[in-house]
Amino acid sequence: MSNDSHEHPVNAPDGTPAAGSGATAGSSSTTPATYDSHVPSHRESEPIADPGLPPHTWRPTDVDPKAEKRAERQIAGLFVAAMISAVLFVVAYFSLSVGDSWDTFAGMGASTVALGVTLGLSLLFIGIGIIHLARKLMADHEIIEMRHPAASPQEDRDATIQALNDGLDEAGIGRRPLVRNTMIGAVGILGLPAVVLLRDLAPGDKLDIGKLAHTIWEPGMRLVRDVVGTPILASEIEVGDLINAAPEALFPTEENGYPELHGAEKQVQKAKGAIIIVRMDPDDITAGKGREKWTADGIICYSKICTHVGCPISLYERTTHHVLCPCHQSTFDLADSAKVVFGPAARPLPQLPIEVDGEGYLVAQSDFTEPIGASYWEREKQ
Amino acid sequence: MSVDTSKVATSNRTDAATASKPSPAGSLASWADDRLGLATAMKKNLRKVFPDHWSFMLGEIALWSFVVLLLTGVFLTLWFDPSMGEVTYEGSYDQLRGIDMSSAMASALHISFDVRGGLLMRQMHHWAAMIFIASMMVHLLRVAFTGAYRKPRELNWVIGCILLLLGTLEGFTGYSLPDDLLSGTGIRAADGFLKATPVAGTYMSFLLFGGEFPGESIIPRLYIVHVLLIPGILLALIAAHMLLLVYHKHTQWPGPGRTEQNVVGYPMLPVYAAKAGGFFFMVFGVIALMGGLMSINPVWKFGPYDPTKVTAGSQPDWYMGWPDGLLRIMPSHMETVIFGYTISWNVLIPILLVPPLMLVILMLLPFVEGWITGDKRDHHLLQRPRNAPTRTAVMVALMTFYGLAWAAGGNDIIAIKLHASINQITYFMRGAIFLGPLLAFWITRRWCISLQRSDNEKLLHGYETGIITRSASGQYAERHLPINPTSAYTLTARDRDEIYAVEGDTDASGVAAPNSRSEKVRARLSSWMYQHNVQKPTRAELEEGHHHAEHEAELQSGLDHPADGHQFDDHRLRDTDEVPLRDH
Ligand code: HEM
Ligand code: FES
Repeated sequence: MSNDSHEHPVNAPDGTPAAGSGATAGSSSTTPATYDSHVPSHRESEPIADPGLPPHTWRPTDVDPKAEKRAERQIAGLFVAAMISAVLFVVAYFSLSVGDSWDTFAGMGASTVALGVTLGLSLLFIGIGIIHLARKLMADHEIIEMRHPAASPQEDRDATIQALNDGLDEAGIGRRPLVRNTMIGAVGILGLPAVVLLRDLAPGDKLDIGKLAHTIWEPGMRLVRDVVGTPILASEIEVGDLINAAPEALFPTEENGYPELHGAEKQVQKAKGAIIIVRMDPDDITAGKGREKWTADGIICYSKICTHVGCPISLYERTTHHVLCPCHQSTFDLADSAKVVFGPAARPLPQLPIEVDGEGYLVAQSDFTEPIGASYWEREKQ
Repeated sequence: MSVDTSKVATSNRTDAATASKPSPAGSLASWADDRLGLATAMKKNLRKVFPDHWSFMLGEIALWSFVVLLLTGVFLTLWFDPSMGEVTYEGSYDQLRGIDMSSAMASALHISFDVRGGLLMRQMHHWAAMIFIASMMVHLLRVAFTGAYRKPRELNWVIGCILLLLGTLEGFTGYSLPDDLLSGTGIRAADGFLKATPVAGTYMSFLLFGGEFPGESIIPRLYIVHVLLIPGILLALIAAHMLLLVYHKHTQWPGPGRTEQNVVGYPMLPVYAAKAGGFFFMVFGVIALMGGLMSINPVWKFGPYDPTKVTAGSQPDWYMGWPDGLLRIMPSHMETVIFGYTISWNVLIPILLVPPLMLVILMLLPFVEGWITGDKRDHHLLQRPRNAPTRTAVMVALMTFYGLAWAAGGNDIIAIKLHASINQITYFMRGAIFLGPLLAFWITRRWCISLQRSDNEKLLHGYETGIITRSASGQYAERHLPINPTSAYTLTARDRDEIYAVEGDTDASGVAAPNSRSEKVRARLSSWMYQHNVQKPTRAELEEGHHHAEHEAELQSGLDHPADGHQFDDHRLRDTDEVPLRDH
């Protein structure tokens, strides 16, 4: 790409076409259309000659001292209003309390509203004042600047290329492939320490992805209500009910003897162990293969965690036995092994095998037989 | 370039400042220059010319809202505690008192209810984030529709696209911080996306979360990304964006006296600086009013994050909506197991493939256009969207794709509003996402071309006055009058499109020219791009047209002198005061 070497007709600084310019009336194409120039000229004869910048017109504030004084007063007025607003902000800060009166005004605290309005007005007054000043009182003559090609002049380019080549030449790296290649290799291998250093983002066995395949559920663990933690009698569930439930181990008591869970561990188990229990007419259930004994008298239990990307599912329609995930509307048929009937999910919700224990409470027969929640690369391997 | 200030507000001095008695500003500048030597660089830049147009303000809104984000964000860091450790809330908000939650959530509540001005700052921060991203998008559209991304500004376009991406990520990390139910739901979805990444996805998820989801590392990690990493990169890129803008000088609309070689406008000091500075206060002020009057992200209503709960209609911030929409309209069962490894197309396509692809397409637009047209010239005059019909149509097609995907992200809300079934709307969207953009392309291109035609019509035969005259022979005709010379010049101030032609398959010595295959593709694309465009009339055509119009006016006016016809309307008035076309 060559820098433009031929002359371009350049407009006079005031924007009017200079003599000999392609834009001058009547003169036909003086410059051939070229694709290599940086700054295109007005090629060929333009249908209408550039009339040039219109003459400057004076504003009332430029010629009428009264208008000028008026503008000054308006602008000063705006700045004074800004000061008043700022003072009111301070007054509001100290006189209005937040705390429990957080929704006094339009669902928001009087303090928030007052602070926002006074701060906003103060800023707006300053802004409008300055812009008014620029429009009314500052010189408003448009001025013209000439443009230059973004590229450097050709001699500078040549000099730079020369310097670059000289430098590379003197370094001699290109002539010594052994040195060059080992150097690239040495710097490249630094990527390894950089990546390895991140290993302890999940220290020790925290990186054990095998944990995804298991939850806290185990044979005989009771199903409990998710907020209060009370065990659920099979007999108290009506046909058509849906109960949000959790593993009893998340509600340790002296009586049930489960160990206390804290912080992250508790959240992880909560995130994986959540279930929904529904009861329907046993005849409506199409039991999956090998799952004939996973239900208890029409009571059937699934993971609550959507197999799409892991939202807890929520909306149950008892007539169709469909449950809907509110995140992306995947719909599962709970009467038919929670198969996907609509939406982006690919797999059914995992089913938890349950039975009724000696005291009539619902308990798990085992852990889930497959990983719950979103898919992942190694899922089928586990 | 000296400015005639003879009449400018008498308070302004009209004589030149002399060196004998340096002004305070002058002596400060000398002091600084003795040490920093900036005068050489500043002598031109202080009076740098910036052209004026309302659409050039859009980028400024983005810039100023970013400044507001920095200010309000720093305020929030003074109280926000990015920890997932469990605490019992004991603050002023009744309904959550006594409830266990993370420190992050508790401190967000503390900022909202126990720090005066805290809720205001939280809401200003969130509104500013929305304005930041929205104004970047509209600014991007302005740049694309006017062809401002052409050479030499392609790299600044790429920087702009990266800014949009980073702004979106910054917004996502931001609204994930308070650890309320909505933000936790978003983080869990993000975990699902990571896990759907082939090969390394599961490990990436475990490393990011410090073990299994949710762990207790994610909020502190997102925090440092939110307050340091991304803002740092944003700041650097914004600086580069501005430097390039100054180096290239701003583009301008064509018009009398405004050419490819010059830039016409106000000098940076004082007018442009005052306008831009004043505008900063206005953007800041509007955001403060919004923060004070409009509730946003009331985390206390959602409650703390609980991985077993979800709110119905849970939706991310609007700028994350379009990938969410793509996610929603994927058909069921899109998952394959190959050699025992799971590939989740249902997440891979809408999240990990299409959005990055869209970003790449966006970034490549100026390069693709430049290659097809073979145009290596610098361009500083903007194009009206109609004068680049194919580009405009491509942009509208992309916008349609974006809009449909975004609407699909609200399919549940649309279903409720329209009383339609969510399934029907989803099926409709599955088709519309492919057909809509094609249709939009086709309509837009035709529309642009007919607008070009009507421009030519105006140039050749004048505008329609709405005045019907009856000729002696009893025929009715609408009177056309010539448009004013300024508008006429502005309408013709555009390049003729030149279809790229292959110069022959073989060169002089009969050897097949290199690249002749790609050259042919290029020629075909160039002709697809340009062939239906309407070119401006030539001088001869224009003269012919005017002659014809005058003749007609003479015939129809019934007057004994050739009437210019302005006696019929108010255009004589309008022509005198300067109404350049760009303001229309
Ligand atoms: C482009 C820049 C930024 C964007 C788009 C952005 C966006 C957001 C959003 C949407 C939130 C959620 C607010 C809410 O709770 O409703 C947030 C929170 C937060 N941001 Fe930013 N932010 C930006 C820059 C910054 C910077 C520079 C800082 C500090 C140096 C910061 C500090 C914070 C803090 C501490 C929070 C949590 C406070 C809370 O949620 O109550 N942000 N950000
Ligand atoms: S997470 Fe349930 S549909 Fe996406």
